[in-house]
Amino acid sequence: MIYVLDFLLLIFLVVAAVISLRLKDLLGASMVLGVYSFLICLLWAAMGAVDVAFTEAAVGAGVSTVILIATVYQTRRISKD
Amino acid sequence: MKAFASILVVVLGAVLLHASKDFPLLGDAMSPANNHPVARHYIEETVNDTHVRNLVTAVLADYRGYDTMFETVVVFVAGIGILAVIGVPTARIRQNENLGSTRQFGVDSDLIILQTCRLIVPVLQLFALYVIAHGHHSPGGGFQGGVLFGASYILLALSGGLREALRRLSESLSFRLAAFGIVLYAGVGLLSMALGGNFLDYAVLDRLLPGDVAMARSHSMLIVEAGVGFTVTTILFVIYANLATRGNLEDGL
Repeated sequence: MIYVLDFLLLIFLVVAAVISLRLKDLLGASMVLGVYSFLICLLWAAMGAVDVAFTEAAVGAGVSTVILIATVYQTRRISKD
Repeated sequence: MKAFASILVVVLGAVLLHASKDFPLLGDAMSPANNHPVARHYIEETVNDTHVRNLVTAVLADYRGYDTMFETVVVFVAGIGILAVIGVPTARIRQNENLGSTRQFGVDSDLIILQTCRLIVPVLQLFALYVIAHGHHSPGGGFQGGVLFGASYILLALSGGLREALRRLSESLSFRLAAFGIVLYAGVGLLSMALGGNFLDYAVLDRLLPGDVAMARSHSMLIVEAGVGFTVTTILFVIYANLATRGNLEDGL
């Protein structure tokens, strides 16, 4: 276990989560959510939960980002609130 | 209100961070999770019980096969739900087809994107099949492999146009394959009941499948995983196709 790497990943994770919450641009927010998924996938892989990491990489970072972006394209891009 | 919420979040986060000091170390053999009788049973007896080396797959596809079957049904119901909410009746789609957009595969796609997609899609699909077939021994299984396979069709739709992808895997074929996946899964269970075992008790299937009991378990688990793969692949693609086009299945994105 490399604690520095884990710590960096955790910090980036929190930053990505906050950014995706704060962004007004829905397309950007869904892409940052994809970044969040990749980071948590790396964390799970580092903790030895390879099955979960695999699923997160495929579903969370891959397909659900695409589905979110496909949905954003059907809406106005900038959130009002 | 916002300041109050922020303070609450910070305080709760601090409490959780403080509590994480009491967690057992990662991989600690003496931690409660590893010492509980149920966990010990899984860790020590899985190879004898199920002849599967990957503990996660053994629990998902064998010990809790019933659970996984209905998870597959949940995926299927999600596809039906999305179709019911935003799907457009077929008659209206046919009407639109006569007016017809004439977009062909790659006509207005970028050359680089198209060629990259042509390189990636076959590799992705082969890897998906490997993940489904090799789930007994390595991370993966029907769900992950199905997601990868569905992603290859989504990639095709993104780069070459949705029409091209739908020509290869149409919506009606998708739903037929999705239902077939569930029937395959439940069929294995009913077959083992008909042969005198419990529902999804793979051991009794060695009378039908080649090899000894261990191979029969392995083979029937492969069939079950393939069923999950069929459903997940097709439903993911249908969800994407409907969301990207507001349900009318014309060219998306």
